[in-house]
Amino acid sequence: MAETDLKTKGRIFDIQRYSIHDGTGIRTIVFLKGCVLRCRWCCNPESQSYDVETLVVQGKPKIIGRDVTVEEVMEIVEKDRGYYRRSGGGLTLSGGESLCQPTFAKALLKEAKERGINTAMESMGCASYEVVDEILEYLDTYLMDIKHTNPNKHKEFTGKSNELMLENARKIAASGKTKLVIRVPVIPTFNDTPEEIADIARFADKLPGVEKIHLLPYHRLGQDKYEGLGRPYLMGEALPPENDHMLMLKKVVENVSDLVCQIGG
Amino acid sequence: MRYNSTKVPKTERITKLVEDLYAKMPEIESARARLLTESFQQTEGKPLLMRKALSFAHILKNIPIIIRENELIVGSSTIAPRGCQTFPEFSYDWLEAEFETVATREADPFYIADHTKKELKEANAYWKGRTTSELATEYMAPETKLAMEHNIFTPGNYFYNGVGHVTVQYEKVLAIGYEGIMKEAGAELLKCKPGDGDYATRKTFLEAVIISCQAVIDYAGRYAELAEKEAAGCMDAARRVELLQIASNCRNVPAKGATTFYEACQSFWFVQQLLQVESSGHSISPGRFDQYMYPYYKKDLENGTLTREFAQELIDCIWVKLNDLNKVRDADSAKGFAGYSLFQNLIVGGQDEAGRDVTNDLSFMCIDASAHVFLPMPSLSIRVWNGTPHELLVRAAELTRTGIGLPAYYNDEVIIPSLMSMGLSLEDARTYNIIGCVEPQKAGKTNGWHDAAFFNMCRPLELVFSSGVDKGVQLGPKTKAVEEMTSFEEFFDAYKEQMEYFIELLVNADNAIDQAHADRAPLPYLASMVDDCIARGKTCEQGGCVYNFTGPQGFGIANVADSLYTVKTLVFDEKKVSMAELKKALLFNYGKEINSLVVSQVAGNLANEMTKAGQIPTPEVLARASEAVIKEAVTAEDRKRFDEILAMIEEIPKFGNDIEEVDSFAREVAYTYTKPMLRYKNPRGGQYQAGLYPVSANVPLGAQTGATPDGRLAGVPVADGVSPSAGKDVNGPTAAANSVATLDHGIASNGTLFNQKFHPSALSGAAGLDNFVNLIRAYFDRKGSHVQFNVVSRETLLDAQAHPENYKHLVVRVAGYSALFTTLSKSLQDDIIRRTEQGF
Repeated sequence: MAETDLKTKGRIFDIQRYSIHDGTGIRTIVFLKGCVLRCRWCCNPESQSYDVETLVVQGKPKIIGRDVTVEEVMEIVEKDRGYYRRSGGGLTLSGGESLCQPTFAKALLKEAKERGINTAMESMGCASYEVVDEILEYLDTYLMDIKHTNPNKHKEFTGKSNELMLENARKIAASGKTKLVIRVPVIPTFNDTPEEIADIARFADKLPGVEKIHLLPYHRLGQDKYEGLGRPYLMGEALPPENDHMLMLKKVVENVSDLVCQIGG
Repeated sequence: MRYNSTKVPKTERITKLVEDLYAKMPEIESARARLLTESFQQTEGKPLLMRKALSFAHILKNIPIIIRENELIVGSSTIAPRGCQTFPEFSYDWLEAEFETVATREADPFYIADHTKKELKEANAYWKGRTTSELATEYMAPETKLAMEHNIFTPGNYFYNGVGHVTVQYEKVLAIGYEGIMKEAGAELLKCKPGDGDYATRKTFLEAVIISCQAVIDYAGRYAELAEKEAAGCMDAARRVELLQIASNCRNVPAKGATTFYEACQSFWFVQQLLQVESSGHSISPGRFDQYMYPYYKKDLENGTLTREFAQELIDCIWVKLNDLNKVRDADSAKGFAGYSLFQNLIVGGQDEAGRDVTNDLSFMCIDASAHVFLPMPSLSIRVWNGTPHELLVRAAELTRTGIGLPAYYNDEVIIPSLMSMGLSLEDARTYNIIGCVEPQKAGKTNGWHDAAFFNMCRPLELVFSSGVDKGVQLGPKTKAVEEMTSFEEFFDAYKEQMEYFIELLVNADNAIDQAHADRAPLPYLASMVDDCIARGKTCEQGGCVYNFTGPQGFGIANVADSLYTVKTLVFDEKKVSMAELKKALLFNYGKEINSLVVSQVAGNLANEMTKAGQIPTPEVLARASEAVIKEAVTAEDRKRFDEILAMIEEIPKFGNDIEEVDSFAREVAYTYTKPMLRYKNPRGGQYQAGLYPVSANVPLGAQTGATPDGRLAGVPVADGVSPSAGKDVNGPTAAANSVATLDHGIASNGTLFNQKFHPSALSGAAGLDNFVNLIRAYFDRKGSHVQFNVVSRETLLDAQAHPENYKHLVVRVAGYSALFTTLSKSLQDDIIRRTEQGF
């Protein structure tokens, strides 16, 4: 890889090792800063703005966001190579929306692939397809969020309509360049009815090559961070879905599609 | 498939046995001490070994016996469930001193009846001047005793108790019975010629072995009789059949070789139980139970006389029995070993002498037995190598997920070469098992003295700052004043000098105790089951074993590594803090609590000055003067500076975060303990080998340690095992594992210990188990030696602390073993809660 690519800079807000819920095996997740959406339930509100921010954690200010090179990130990713090898794990990009920093994301994935490290990316696919396409050849697994099939409701809860993302999902699946897995955050008041989940499942089932769908139950672990950022938490008192409800939705998915459905990542 | 791994459900019997076992507080009984003393009073003048054998026989002939309700495997050392006998031949003062408090103390309380106290007092009186402990004290150098008084190290384990820490040749007893062993000894006896130089000792030894073996056969006979008697009066037909079977088993084993799996189980049990009647040594480890029991299981299964269901029930019964044995320790040791643990380590899986994987049905059934009885014993371990079936590890991980803290995982790829470096043959190394907490050895050939002492690596560091003076006494070498040091190398050298000085004294202490055991407590019964005792005509204590080691363990490695790295960075590299400032900060506990550790240092120095000036430092004068000194010495400005220093220390990278420079540094620090140890030999001609694990002594011994330069305050627990300091590893389990793997585990051939704590959520589902297993595999690829896990949520632990009554059966891994959380002291509970929760 060219020296210039190793020096490619990007902005991240965290690197989490021993991550076992986002992609196969033991993985290192690099969280890229900045997002196009503003999902009300977002558990990483500090990921949304590209700007470096101050988050108050347990009364102490903490700077969120730092600029790093591909080389610096890879140094940390490499540390767990033995764990990837044993478990079939690797590098996962998450965010924010990784596609907000396409050059950096591509450089990271490319570098990892060239070093023989499995790659995955959690993303909504919210960018022009040309941008997405550039990345696909370096991506083993695309963990794509589909939150709703209804454009209006999507816009109401996330700030953006969903046409581009659904279109990208079709194109990514058609390209055959990566393994596409659909993930659905199950959010009370937004998409947790059987009908809404069924619609997503039907959509996903039509995508060529897509075999798996993950239902990720809403959780409130991010609530404190809103306070730390001085922002209101718009989910109010919404409770995480009951286990039985999740099992019911899993059944719904299995009834309307041939997808393998799993609860959690 | 080489094995059948299908699970067999737990039976109602096992539930009842466990309930009955934990129905009340364990009790101290006096029978053994009385009978031992009675016998010794009758045999004055005879050779010691003969007296030992005769007393063992006298005890086994007369000690009360009992068959507990629902038992299938019999043999109880006490009438009370989980009761204990006492062993005044090793020491007794501490117990008498605790007669009034032992029932109410925080760690491991025991009930003791008034008549028991009286009987024990009478028996103990005979042992005054005759104990191993008193002889060991005679043998020690004065400076050694001084170092012990100052808590640099403590060899308390064998100083006050039997040695234990052994795995005998169970397979031999199973195969040929004690009659077979007596025949072997008899044949050797015939070879003794009156003109042989060692005729007297050899002949006495062999006769003592024969008497001991016969005593065990007769003891089993008593159980056969009792079972027959109970059967005769039993109204329940099913139980009557069981009792008659028990009687038949006890008639045949352990006198003869076992003919069935059931007999093998009973035979195993008598060996396991009675070794713990002969001596108070703990860590009598069953070792490779799945291997030596397998031929009996296989044969019965093939000829249709055994079902897997019954085999599992028998194994479960043995697991319950292992928790029926108990031992009372002095209050301090009880804190260090908290949880009534006897460290009976039983290991599954691994390789045979030719290097092939040996996983079999029983490997799985042993893991399932621990899940069924859900009790701390046995200390279940599993050997891991590249050929270990994934399925076995997943089954082990399932057990780990329950939060029981079992099994502990051991890495063949580190331990086998490590043992070979200590002189074991390839075949012996490949068939190793684990003793006690984490100590590898070859069964049936080794007297490993594995738990020989706790060495506090932080204390010599304190002495560097005082040029060897502790509490006013010139305890260690008078190394250069720290303020005059100009390079970190000088500082590190001073630390090494302090370390080496005290390591030599530690050796002196252990060798004195070792010799005392040889002189006063040779064990003929044990010797009947360890090579090459019979051939050499010597007990294990006298050097009869093929392999002889002494393995004292060092701890506080993370604290010392972080401390030295701090000194290097802040004082020498960045020059942000002067040595004088740091020294003062440490002496006065960074301006925080002025506890007894701080006062004792100040008072010690003051007493010296007063004596020099011709004054008499009475305690009252000293107390007042110290208070005044402390008040005056630490100004508000000092306190501000101390806080600044603490803040700077906080920013310095710590061991456990996968930072190569810091971790390599820790590796060098560990060598200051492990390498000098290799210079020394014990009285049995064996080699010293270091271990790096603290049992749970990191808490009480931390309480004896002043503030350290890593920011640890005086009296706070030191780091446990080779694990990072509590709460200092913030980059997750892989980072902590990588750091720990950076240490040289191979040279610490007496074992290392790494604790990780997980939420159960990390192991959820099949993928969770796979990832967990792969975490272990990858850590072992990097040459980690051992790892164990606490899987329980912090909330659960806090709730258990607040409402112990709801958590009577909550088992946690404390350090090398599992214990019931609610039986641990508050401080140890706090320590467990504090240990970083990994992941997610």
